[in-house]
Amino acid sequence: MSKFEFPKSIASRPVWGTLEVRPGEHHLMIAEAEGVEAVLAIATPDLMAKTHLIYIPKGTDYVERLQALKPAQFYEGPSYEASLQRIRRVLEDAHMGLQVYLTGSEGMMGQAMNEVMAVGLPHTAIQTEHRGSVARRMQCVHCKGITEDVEVDPFVCAHCGLNLFVRDHYSRRLAAYQGVRVDAEDHGNVPEPKGIYE
Amino acid sequence: MTIQFNDESFRDDYTFHNSDWAIKRFPFPFHEDSYMYSVNMEQHRGGPEGSVYEMRFDVDEHYVSEMKDRAMVLDQDPLRCQSLPHMTLAGWDLLELIMVSKSEDYPDLFELHRNGNQWRWINKPMGIDHSFTFMDETTLPYGPMEYITRQAQGDFAVLDQRDEMLWMDAGMVTTQADWSLDFDIGMNFFEWHAPVPKAHEMGIFQRALKFLLNIQQGAPVRRLNWTMTVNPLLDTSPENYHKWGIQKTTLTPENIAHKQHLRVELQTFFRLPRSNALVFPIRCYLCSFQDLMTVPKWGRRLHRVIRDLPEELATYKGFIDNRPMMLDYLSQFDDGLPTSPGIWPDLETEPPLSK
Repeated sequence: MSKFEFPKSIASRPVWGTLEVRPGEHHLMIAEAEGVEAVLAIATPDLMAKTHLIYIPKGTDYVERLQALKPAQFYEGPSYEASLQRIRRVLEDAHMGLQVYLTGSEGMMGQAMNEVMAVGLPHTAIQTEHRGSVARRMQCVHCKGITEDVEVDPFVCAHCGLNLFVRDHYSRRLAAYQGVRVDAEDHGNVPEPKGIYE
Repeated sequence: MTIQFNDESFRDDYTFHNSDWAIKRFPFPFHEDSYMYSVNMEQHRGGPEGSVYEMRFDVDEHYVSEMKDRAMVLDQDPLRCQSLPHMTLAGWDLLELIMVSKSEDYPDLFELHRNGNQWRWINKPMGIDHSFTFMDETTLPYGPMEYITRQAQGDFAVLDQRDEMLWMDAGMVTTQADWSLDFDIGMNFFEWHAPVPKAHEMGIFQRALKFLLNIQQGAPVRRLNWTMTVNPLLDTSPENYHKWGIQKTTLTPENIAHKQHLRVELQTFFRLPRSNALVFPIRCYLCSFQDLMTVPKWGRRLHRVIRDLPEELATYKGFIDNRPMMLDYLSQFDDGLPTSPGIWPDLETEPPLSK
């Protein structure tokens, strides 16, 4: 599956990488939906024998292919939120040298990265690769509510109901892009939503 | 010197006003008849008597009312003041810097009495007389940064310095030109400036960062920045943009003279002694078009700057739609005569409007 090429943007917008195998005794992989393709691209028997693999399907079905890789530990979580307690538990035991691989949507990678940093692992231990949905996790600057998986611009805030436009300004702390009322200077004049990269 | 403090509002009925004194000392931000970004830093060690450059933290006639407005904003939205856990020491540094500066620069308004760590702070304009223990948070009603910046005009960004980078790790931000502390907290220098057009490509931020990383204790610097605001609204925050944005459309040829304000930020930078953080006070001054036009030099120059400003900047600064109306108004005050260099009003030497 081909990767989406994000257009060049401003300095706060994250730039995602390409996974590669790193040496290490312990590896943690979180693959969301098509992110599995990035795991399949680097998986070797030696690597997977030392890997705890967390898979969040989001409508995909890669279970058999992933189990065939024979990871040291395998978990299928129905959503990122549902997997979070487990991820935290795994990170609690993490030692320096743990290699972390995050792949899938921007929202999942951004949030998981914060969890990894929160336990004191260095950012250099984290690799990312964007795959699949280009939807964004958005914070409404007005009510502060987060709307997940936003695919269109403008969109309706899931919390306060305002029509927000999608900025490229991104907060790593919130793992979210910023949404700002689109019709603030002309109430009711809301443009027809279209895909964020259209 | 004595200051007569205005009783005025920066919202709803907008009774904000500048006295003649305040107009003459307004920090007009254009030193020539055109504007482009630059790293326009100079040392902040005083300036002409009575100017906003004279003191380390300028106190003017708006002080008491601005502090009331800040308290209202914080009441509605406590997220405007935040400090990441490692920034408390920098907060104490800032408290000391402001208390020492104000008590030395305005001895009739502020007093600081220190006996070891037992400090007594007197703020006469705000009616505060408070004894506390320096470096003991339990003796203050707020954290040290919040406590002192509830008593100091302007926004404050407190920047941590590590890995040859500045990080926006604390701040008090209630009079901002449309940026969100809550969103930007924790970002590095390039990230929080990311939405600014053009300046990245021009290398402005790379050079500015290099300069700021090397600021030394006791050698603060300053620069001016500017934008436009309809109505003398201090709280032009993104948080409340869904409420105030519509005010931009209330401008008419009849009301533009008193409704349209030039918004100028006096930005200063001080190195803090214990934390090695950098504090970045962003002091906002507002002046209506009609008050600015009482200075002939500023009338001529403002027209030329706004007329020739690149479209991208007028858009970023949020007045592209109102620019034609502004120019209709401002052109009345431009007779084509040359202007003297520098920002000062030069009322004695510049000719009156000949039109």
